[in-house]
Amino acid sequence: MAERSFAKEVQKLRLGEGELFQGEGILAVTKALLQSGVAYVGGYQGAPISHLMDVLTDADSILQELGLHFEHSASEATAAAMLAASVHYPLRGAITFKSTVGTNVASDALANLASGGVKGGALIIVGEDYGEGSSIMQERSHAFAMKSQMWLLDPRPNLPSIVQAVEQGFTLSEATNTPVMLELRVRACHVYGRFTAKNNVRPSFTLKDAMENPVRDVNRIVLPPASYLHEQEKILKRWPAAQQFIQERQINEFFGDGEQDFGIILQGGLYNNTIRGLNLLGLADVFGDTKIPLYVLNVTYPLVDEEVKRFCAGKRAVLMIEEGQPDFLEQNLNSILRKAEIPTKVHGKDVLPMAGEYTGAVVTRGLTQFVEKYSPQLLDRDKLPAVALPHKPVALPVLQHNVHPRPPSFCTGCPERPIFTAMKLVERELGEHHVSADIGCHLFSILPPFNIGATTMGYGLGWAGAAAFNTTETAKRTISIMGDGGFWHNGLTSGVGNAVFNKSDNLLLIVDNGYSAATGGQDIPSSEAANPIRTTNIPIANAVRGVGVKWLRTITRTYNVAQVRDTLREALLTKQRGPKVIVAQSECALNRERREKPLRRKMAQEGRRVVRERFGVDADTCTGDHSCIRISGCPSLTIKDNPDPLRKDPVATVLDSCIGCGLCGEAAHAAVLCPSFYRAEIITNPSFWDRRKTRIANAVIAFLQHRLERRLAGITA
Amino acid sequence: MLATALPRPITIAILAMGGEGGGVLADWLVDLAEHEGYLAQATSVPGVAQRTGSTVYYLELFPQQPPGKVPVLALMPVPGEVDLVIASELMEAGRAVQRGLVTPERTVLIVSSHRVYSMTERTAMGDGRVDSGALLKTCREAAKTLVEHDFASIAENHRSVISAALFGALAGAGVLPFERDDFEAAIRRGGIGVDSSIAAFQAGAAAKQAESRPTSQTATPKCGPRLALLAARIAKEFPPEAEDLLLAGIQRLADYQSEVYAEQFLNQLQAVRAADGCKFAVLCETARYLALWMSYEDAVRVADLKIRRARFDRVRHEVKAETAQLLHINEFLHPGIQEIADILPEAFGTFVLNSNWAKRLVKVFAGAGRIVRTTSLSGYLQLYLIASLRPLRPRSLRFRAEQRKIREWLEPIPLLIKEDYVLAQEYAECPRLLKGYGDTHAMGSRNFAAIMNALPKLRGRADAASQLRSLREAALADERGTKLSEALKEVAV
Repeated sequence: MAERSFAKEVQKLRLGEGELFQGEGILAVTKALLQSGVAYVGGYQGAPISHLMDVLTDADSILQELGLHFEHSASEATAAAMLAASVHYPLRGAITFKSTVGTNVASDALANLASGGVKGGALIIVGEDYGEGSSIMQERSHAFAMKSQMWLLDPRPNLPSIVQAVEQGFTLSEATNTPVMLELRVRACHVYGRFTAKNNVRPSFTLKDAMENPVRDVNRIVLPPASYLHEQEKILKRWPAAQQFIQERQINEFFGDGEQDFGIILQGGLYNNTIRGLNLLGLADVFGDTKIPLYVLNVTYPLVDEEVKRFCAGKRAVLMIEEGQPDFLEQNLNSILRKAEIPTKVHGKDVLPMAGEYTGAVVTRGLTQFVEKYSPQLLDRDKLPAVALPHKPVALPVLQHNVHPRPPSFCTGCPERPIFTAMKLVERELGEHHVSADIGCHLFSILPPFNIGATTMGYGLGWAGAAAFNTTETAKRTISIMGDGGFWHNGLTSGVGNAVFNKSDNLLLIVDNGYSAATGGQDIPSSEAANPIRTTNIPIANAVRGVGVKWLRTITRTYNVAQVRDTLREALLTKQRGPKVIVAQSECALNRERREKPLRRKMAQEGRRVVRERFGVDADTCTGDHSCIRISGCPSLTIKDNPDPLRKDPVATVLDSCIGCGLCGEAAHAAVLCPSFYRAEIITNPSFWDRRKTRIANAVIAFLQHRLERRLAGITA
Repeated sequence: MLATALPRPITIAILAMGGEGGGVLADWLVDLAEHEGYLAQATSVPGVAQRTGSTVYYLELFPQQPPGKVPVLALMPVPGEVDLVIASELMEAGRAVQRGLVTPERTVLIVSSHRVYSMTERTAMGDGRVDSGALLKTCREAAKTLVEHDFASIAENHRSVISAALFGALAGAGVLPFERDDFEAAIRRGGIGVDSSIAAFQAGAAAKQAESRPTSQTATPKCGPRLALLAARIAKEFPPEAEDLLLAGIQRLADYQSEVYAEQFLNQLQAVRAADGCKFAVLCETARYLALWMSYEDAVRVADLKIRRARFDRVRHEVKAETAQLLHINEFLHPGIQEIADILPEAFGTFVLNSNWAKRLVKVFAGAGRIVRTTSLSGYLQLYLIASLRPLRPRSLRFRAEQRKIREWLEPIPLLIKEDYVLAQEYAECPRLLKGYGDTHAMGSRNFAAIMNALPKLRGRADAASQLRSLREAALADERGTKLSEALKEVAV
């Protein structure tokens, strides 16, 4: 089950006609899907669309009532292939994943889908992980829409517009027999807002109807000669149909047209930032009433030539506000105007940066330059906001030294950290190895304090990323890392199967923490927690053996640093040739705590015996060298002022957030660190036996402690 | 109260670290504003930053709207256009200033002045902490109004989360157009951990601005009757500048070994005292490191410290065990062959280290790491037994070795004071490298020895002091000693 429970939010999915929905953007999308009579939904979790998947997981009973089938797809490719159900049948289907990484994986199926076209509405909801806080390469989903000819919606980032885009997306898809992509930026996915709900709709044509009355149309299958026809159909039929539909339904919006002889064309998703920029420049009020004409592209692909021409005709210039690169829209705009011989000058990446996120500050600066060029009298130079002025704010050197970057890292009690502690210890013995990393929480190993991992080629591709290092000219082996999420996504075939087939002699370490943890703790086939709606508890080891791995070790408690270290050493040194796999298992601590903490609290309240464990450091034996932190990096293991008046360096200390995972003690032992660590066991509601055992010990200890105090008496006053 | 002359939204940025409850604070604010008739929008970019990374939540609150008109609210803060910034930690507040979110014309900055140390600060081999004073000063200069307090301890004292204390501070600051009761009502409506949240909220609202920054470095306590004579001698023979350090030194050594040992400490300092006639900086640093070195951490010392009543009480306090709860303390000990030989009489210790069968025999007892439960009878007695070897310490292998090294280090100081005072000061501070246990201590000793060996090459050079200082810093720059060997090569050239 996912990290966050949506039991409360799920009730919002039941809201009916005229009721007010208040909540996160991505939940509004989920509600919009139900209002659109969608028959099936699939997808793969990942920021920023994980919550769409999680809320549907928790909404199983509602989905049953509506006859909606929801899947946690094995990968984005699986999800995209699922849309095949809309090829022959009037079934509405939606899939979701993060982009561009998910779209990359899905693109094979999406290209096939887009070639043959669809009968039922097919919606691909992509969460753009672009700009601040992003964890992936910075690319555009726009290119996928262009190359396969799928329409791309980029609605204004408010809940009513987003909900409307979902509904329009299905109708547009059906009217043009084309899959439609709905692009949502991170902040829009997480924005809290409101919209007026409609009733949920049970699909008029159901999965049952389709399965009982199968249909096939060979013209919809991507195989010659149909594939040649598809390309012609895209251009001759679907494209004009889309342009017509977009115009008729007025999906794109015009504001303040006629106010000036210049204007702005923008992606719908950038509308709020643009209005804020204009507002700061005194060119729009807070309600969006603008003095500069705006043409808002809620559909960014295709551009509607007629609308473009109409908006640009008679204008001296337009500014194209288009985030990311290449500047597909700006190029397209120039081409349309050139062909129509309209002399309007096109600005865009000349006053705005070619690359990077279009923040409020960036857009405001671009707007200022543009307006200054065409109507400087509109700007009150004395009242310009600081951000619009060309000079940058004075950088404070004191902050450069005193503000460190704070990237994400392993949580307190994370079972992955001890694996890298062990790798550090092996590195001390055997030297450095080439390490191929994967996608998942374990990728935090590339940062301090571990600094482990050389490349990451994509989800599940950890071992594939080391495939070239397959030579008999050296006895040294490479180490690859893969998470359980990546393993089931594709790593079993792309990594393990590939290594067996190509006779690799290298090592793969699979981090099996029971969840797709980095995306929010969703279940996967090897998850061990109870899950009523999925088949789980499928051991990774069985799958690994199944594809032919002979050398396999399973570690069932990653906190056992010495065992992980010894197993790694064995795998790196064994004379046995062939691929080696270590499965390192321990449950994600975030999920375990979420489940167990309330239970412990309840037990304690009921008067039952509960043991809480946590670690501590004796400040008087700690010498402040911090070597324990350098092989752990746990957020709960930190430093504090040295209480000793003679010592200057801060001592190590353990915060009360410690959950007693055991790493500190195991590392102190395995790395032969220092005797300062202690593990405290705090027993609530101790049993009779507990008390009995300690009574005698306490009496003797108290006596001896008294003797010690006598020895020390008189040293201090 | 924030001025909103034009109809414009109140803009609020919350800077927090993943897992700290920044989202809860944003939720309370949204609920509060909506209940008071405002339109609220909030957004964030959590993503992987949820895993302890720094992250920003952004809110806009808009007052009464004319019918049929909906404001267009921004999804990210614009530098210079933020009314209120709440930072859950001091470095995050610095980050807010760095990003231009805090401006003197407009921004009320509410900061918890405690520190959550960055990875760079925590992993430093010495003291890698940034300058909190400078951060706070910058915050004060950057903001229109600064509200700062250690809201983390307030939260901890009330067994709550920092967001509750910060929400209280926000109510207390009176910058939002809402009544304090409305804030509390929002927490109650949230329905989770209400009582502790309300308690932290109230304490946060009542928190007075910290006047000065108290440091947790403890002052040296007064000497007891057993050290009265030595204390009097310090007052008579040593300058007042060194008094605190010397008192701490004799207390430590009397505790470590005996009053006689403490007296030896003062005797050993005589020559330096005589040479350092006016500035006393060398004397102070020599006293500090001599006391620490003389009280090196051997198994006897560790056992002695672990079994004391004060230590049991401290652990109980640290782990927040209540009186009704039972507490067990388990030590992670890993005495290697060297550590065991160290506490044996010199000849016997040397024999153990050189004889294979003796080594093997000791390994049976030591070898792997042990977990000793000090709160159990057998565990306590084991440590008590080791601690009671203290009277034998002066005859032990390690004691003899350390005394030799101490003499070697002390011996040139008086001459260095005459040659080059600053160099002497840097030199006196070199034993700072002698830290840790096992491998860590061995590496520190190697680095120390390497720097001692380089000293003759440095003496007489104009930049000797700064060179020695950079050698010491190089030794603390990385664990493999790469920086130090590079630096040593440069010195040789």
